[in-house]
This record gives sequence, C-alpha cells and structure tokens, in this order.
Amino acid sequence: MFRLSESPIDAAALARELAQVGAGACVTFEGWVRDNNEGRNVLRLGYQAYAPLALAEGKRILAEAREKFAILDVRCAHRVGTLEIGELAVWVGVSAAHREAAFAACRYVIDEVKRRVPIWKNEHYADGESGWLHPDNTPVGT
Amino acid sequence: MNYRVLYFASLRDRAGIDAEQVESRAGDARGLYTELRARHGFALGEDRLRVAINGAFAAWEQALCDGDEVVFIPPVSGG
Repeated sequence: MFRLSESPIDAAALARELAQVGAGACVTFEGWVRDNNEGRNVLRLGYQAYAPLALAEGKRILAEAREKFAILDVRCAHRVGTLEIGELAVWVGVSAAHREAAFAACRYVIDEVKRRVPIWKNEHYADGESGWLHPDNTPVGT
Repeated sequence: MNYRVLYFASLRDRAGIDAEQVESRAGDARGLYTELRARHGFALGEDRLRVAINGAFAAWEQALCDGDEVVFIPPVSGG
C-alpha cells in the first residue's frame, strides 16, 4: 500500500502492518529532513504531490517490487506539506522470508519513488531563498 | 477546446496559480505547453518535463479531448 500523508507518519504502526508468520526479515528505510543540502543551511521543506498520479505510480512501484523480489509485504508512505528538520519524510518497509530480498526490495522502492513519483521538494534556506530540487538534490532552476 | 491545467513546483511558482481553465486550439500537450510557456514564461523546456493526461502519464503527441485535465510534470524530487 502506497500512502500520502499530510500528518506525521507513524513508522512503528506501519512496521507492525508488515508482520506475517512466514516473515524472517523486515527491512525499513526512513528518509529524514536534514538541515543542509549542497552546502546550504536548510530551515524546512515543503512537499507538493500530484496526488492521483503519485498514488497510482507508487502503487505500481510496490507491485513491481512484489514481482521482482521474493517478499511477503511492502508498504510506503510519503509526507506532503511543510516538514521541519528531523521529521520523517518518507518510509519504506518490506517483510520477507529472508533478508536478501527484503534489503533489495526496500532499496528498489525508495530509488524508484525518488525517480518516478510526482512529488516535489522545495527547500527553504536560512538566507530566505527557496528552491525546487531534482532527484539528485540539485536545483531545478526556474 | 477547453482544458483544465494543473501546475506544480517551479511551474506553479512561475504561473502564480495552481490550476486554470485554458481555452486553446492546441490539439496535443506539446502545442498546449508551447502556448502556456509563452504566456507564463516557463523556463523548463518540454525535454525536462513529462506530461499527464487525466491522471496518467501520456505521450506529448496524444490527442487531447475537450475537458481533459493536463499536468506538466517537472523533474520530481520526492524522498
């Protein structure tokens, strides 16, 4: 299940949803808001999403992960709106019988989400400026 | 024809609006973007964008229908 959330993500609650009796491994990834990027001080982030397409593309990525890797469950949640330093921006969780597939699927999901899902990160800097970023965290420019 | 266009990220900032109804003779997204780029002064060329029609990724040459929702997708940066 791929979710967009305007309120804080409860990582522990999401992880519990992954539990299955056949699961021997659980891998989770948390993306946090850090206070710097490309040498600039960041005060907070603003995320926008084109929700209908973001949900559809996110769901597609999770389906691909299930096809590619021997996993039991996979879930992802992404915040939208304004986030402060230290907040959880994106969460990916995978359960599987064995760790190799869980690690690989988790990596696949976060990489594809960053590459394909229509969500945009706007950094607000300490000097008062702000800017939209590319997937590699370089500025888009306007 | 009449289209509903939604703007996100740098396109939203430049246009100063998050959505608009557009009356246009353009028959595809490429023609529509050319018009809107001239009107709003968008810096991003279509080579930097993807296009979505009615909530799904589409080809720039896909024929538009009256009432379609068109979204030009700037480079994404989730995560």
